[in-house]
Amino acid sequence: MTLSVDIRHRLGSFRLDARFETDGRLVALFGPSGSGKTSLVNLIAGLLVPDEGRIAVDGRVLADTGAGTFVPMHRRRVGYVFQDARLFPHLTVAQNLRYGRWFAPRDERRTDMAGVVEMLGIGSLLERRPGSLSGGERQRVAIGRALLASPLLMLMDEPLAALDEARKSEIMPYLERLRDETKIPIVYVSHSVAEVARLASDIVVLDEGRVTAAGPTTEILRRLDLLPEEERGEGGAVLDMQVARQEGEFDMTVLTSAAGELRVAGSGLPEGAGVRVRIRARDVLIATERPRGLSALNVLPATVSAIRPQGAFADVTLACGEAQIEARVTRQSCEVLGLAAGQPVFAVIKAVSFDRANTWSGVAAGRAPEKVSGEG
Amino acid sequence: MDWLLDLTPDEWSTIRLSVKVATWAMLASLPLGIGVGLLLARGNFWGKSLLNGIVHLPLVMPPVVTGYLLLLGFGKRGPIGAFLAENFGIVFSFRWTGAALACAVMGFPLMVRAIRLSIEAVDRRLEFAAGTLGASAPWVFVTITLPLILPGVIAGMILSFAKAMGEFGATITFVSNIPGETQTLPSAIYTLTQVPGGDAGALRLTLISIAIAMAALLASEVLARRAAKQAGSA
Repeated sequence: MTLSVDIRHRLGSFRLDARFETDGRLVALFGPSGSGKTSLVNLIAGLLVPDEGRIAVDGRVLADTGAGTFVPMHRRRVGYVFQDARLFPHLTVAQNLRYGRWFAPRDERRTDMAGVVEMLGIGSLLERRPGSLSGGERQRVAIGRALLASPLLMLMDEPLAALDEARKSEIMPYLERLRDETKIPIVYVSHSVAEVARLASDIVVLDEGRVTAAGPTTEILRRLDLLPEEERGEGGAVLDMQVARQEGEFDMTVLTSAAGELRVAGSGLPEGAGVRVRIRARDVLIATERPRGLSALNVLPATVSAIRPQGAFADVTLACGEAQIEARVTRQSCEVLGLAAGQPVFAVIKAVSFDRANTWSGVAAGRAPEKVSGEG
Repeated sequence: MDWLLDLTPDEWSTIRLSVKVATWAMLASLPLGIGVGLLLARGNFWGKSLLNGIVHLPLVMPPVVTGYLLLLGFGKRGPIGAFLAENFGIVFSFRWTGAALACAVMGFPLMVRAIRLSIEAVDRRLEFAAGTLGASAPWVFVTITLPLILPGVIAGMILSFAKAMGEFGATITFVSNIPGETQTLPSAIYTLTQVPGGDAGALRLTLISIAIAMAALLASEVLARRAAKQAGSA
């Protein structure tokens, strides 16, 4: 799928001026609140008519002000999962699920009810009414309803934002299955680095209505300066790794990557499985000589390739094997250690930094997702 | 109690006529009531306040004035009445249809008000959600909006029915007080109070009209509660 957007739109005093093209499996529209993510999704869905510009999916033009084209929302075949679920209160869960399916052209109903119900684990809810569902259940039904309309593109507007942490981790695996098991491309709005790093294959960064960056997740998340101030420590290298072996004695898992070998707490994954690991910039220590008497298990030889001061902090890029790792340290530490580009150092990463949110089986490897456990 | 239940044929025909007039007034004004309710709740057009004013006029004008205006417009020689009679054979003057028209006009503001309020309470985001799922605007209305406003629609219908059962001034001015044709319960009660020895009959009809009004009210309660439960808000 190729989604191409080139749009200018005014909403009150807010101006959206966005241009990007992407062919990702799951594209995250990422940015702080008020950056225009939801407006952009509403423009793609046809809830808003753009002042000027063009939106096309796989060459199918949804809106083009130049040519006077505007496909009304009910003909766009776009499955929209709203932040607030928006289930129809007067219908049962089963009726909600069938709603979009009924309107889809008969020969284009590519999703089947039983499969979707099974994938989202909502079989026991079918006879209930939306009012009696929990937030997480509601969101799963909303995803199912959108899916069953056999959309050509799924739009998800912060589907997890209204949920607490426990509900978020309840839904996350379903989103991964959605991404990996269906062929429907997804545009996913989020302001959370953790969500985006875990789910997205590509990221479009929005800020004040403008696209500030777009590209594969691994590249975008490395550039901490693109992330909103309060989320910068959450950014970092995203590396695709393979399980080399399990070490039973201490329940540890050894991963190989372009950056070298990493040891994480037991993942329970089979050997050879692909995992995607986010190494948060704030979890990486820098040592000028190989540390001794330190509990951290992962010490990787590296070379400083760039230092970018950011207020009290400095974002340091380390060339580590064939990969690059980001480290966020204080500017003071930089000064004390006398760090400079080209200097050989050691990157130190605690094995416990990899928790559920940080390690997960990957998109890139194209494998069915499996949960990675290993807190602490 | 015999005197209460032992109704004369004339009284029966009055009751039947009243219910018929009120039912037709309610049903015939329903589509227009929903349409105007939609316009007033959602529309954004020049003259919206004017439309709102016109709809509410029967509520604030003396009923006799409304009846007289109907007579001028829909009477045999009135422009609208003459047009309808010539082209469609619909005659209002001195017919029960005229009574239904008068009742419909008098009950219209109440009906529109109830429907309008319920439409304004509908979460439009649900309608957008239905739109993204492939429903065109008419389908959205039928499958989402209408079920959600059903309690309001029922309330409006009952208000209109109750108003029609009690309508007197506009009806008697427009279509007079003809037994068996335009003599509804209030006109019959009024007539009975004007003749000597009519007290018992007047009281009987009064009690009956109270019973019908109460029954309608109770029915609306039940229906509205069921509809609200269907709509998921109860």
